[in-house]
Amino acid sequence: MSPVLRRLIAPAVLGAALMSVPAIVSAHRGWLLPSGTVFSGTDGWVTVDAAVSNDLFFFDHQPMRIEAVKVWQPDGSDGQLQNGATGRYRSTFDVKLDKPGTWKIGSAQNAVMGSFKADGVEKRIGRRGPPRPGEGAPLTVADIPANATDVKLTEVSGRNEIFVTAGEPTTKVFATTGKGLEFAPVTHPDELVAGQPARFRFLIDGKPAAGLKATVIPGGKRYRDAEGAQELVAGPDGIVTVNWPAAGMYWLNATATDAKPTTPRATERRMSYTTTLEVLTP
Amino acid sequence: MRPSLVLLAGAVAAPATAGTVTVTIPRLDVAEYHRPYVAIWLEPAGGGAARTLGVWYDVKKGGNEPGTKWLADLRAWWRKGGRSMAMPADGISGATRAPGQYRIPLPADLKPGAYVLNVEAARETGGRELVSVPLTVPNPTARAAGKAELGAVAVAAR
Repeated sequence: MSPVLRRLIAPAVLGAALMSVPAIVSAHRGWLLPSGTVFSGTDGWVTVDAAVSNDLFFFDHQPMRIEAVKVWQPDGSDGQLQNGATGRYRSTFDVKLDKPGTWKIGSAQNAVMGSFKADGVEKRIGRRGPPRPGEGAPLTVADIPANATDVKLTEVSGRNEIFVTAGEPTTKVFATTGKGLEFAPVTHPDELVAGQPARFRFLIDGKPAAGLKATVIPGGKRYRDAEGAQELVAGPDGIVTVNWPAAGMYWLNATATDAKPTTPRATERRMSYTTTLEVLTP
Repeated sequence: MRPSLVLLAGAVAAPATAGTVTVTIPRLDVAEYHRPYVAIWLEPAGGGAARTLGVWYDVKKGGNEPGTKWLADLRAWWRKGGRSMAMPADGISGATRAPGQYRIPLPADLKPGAYVLNVEAARETGGRELVSVPLTVPNPTARAAGKAELGAVAVAAR
């Protein structure tokens, strides 16, 4: 990668999720890696690595910022993120799993990117890449003047979440809002077993995300030659079926684009959903 | 073993007593040995709810990291129903066992039919193994053996 590109994407708050930068950047993957997904009892803690990198799950590029990471307890109420720290290559934090059931940990981003012309000069909305020295805050939709022409706006949204379970799995944290791209698993994400296909439904605005594209990549990239990615497409029911060749941690990223943004004057909407899944041996 | 109970069940239930499972924990020549966690359970052959016959874990260990913390390492059992049980479980759970042979009675109220008996062992700083063997009730007989963490697993009608 060229130094220029590297600088462009350097802070990559949630590089892959933001997807607001040129296509090549989508190769940078944001991920949350839990120390485990299946826990016994309610004395346990999960510790999570959060980073942005190409190779999964190696922290060798940028840490994921954890200010926006939230915790949902099994009953859907807010939980507590503890011991958060951000290093050069990764962030870490802990969550005490003191209630039985399935917990959700993750973040969501929403942004509007685009451009407009005012008095013959083209200006950009939102920032692609990191803030540069001497540069002010990026323009927002509110900065578009009344006489602007050629307004082109794209709504960009992304979620990056993981699920961990203490005791018996529950499903309350999968409750959907009916807004944007959402994960509505048929197979519980903490009950994945090598050799047993898993089915995950994706919804867009509460309706099955037919034709949605998903990529599933196993971790441990450094120790094999092939990327090993599975490129999958959701059926009419919005369901993606994933076969697990072996036990391990997998990164799943689903993306969809449509012309139904909720932001006024925006013409396009780009959505992504990312999760890390643990597959156990039978 | 509660011989009186088995005798009683045998006397009352005319067709059959359920039988006995014998589980062998092998002696292993390793530098650091810890007794394995073991779960023994039955599943109907056609699928259905698992019935746990025995769970051996570090019952006494409490504190920050109680013995129950590692029950999920018996991952097949955990998924099949261990995670929904409260521990300790009366008549089911017990302390880890030293290498040797152990006899576990099959419940006398088992309905006739085809089952799969599962024995899973997971050892700290060691391996994990699952041995599954089909059997039928009444008059179950079955035999299987593990390769690493478990020795012979046998089922006899009495």
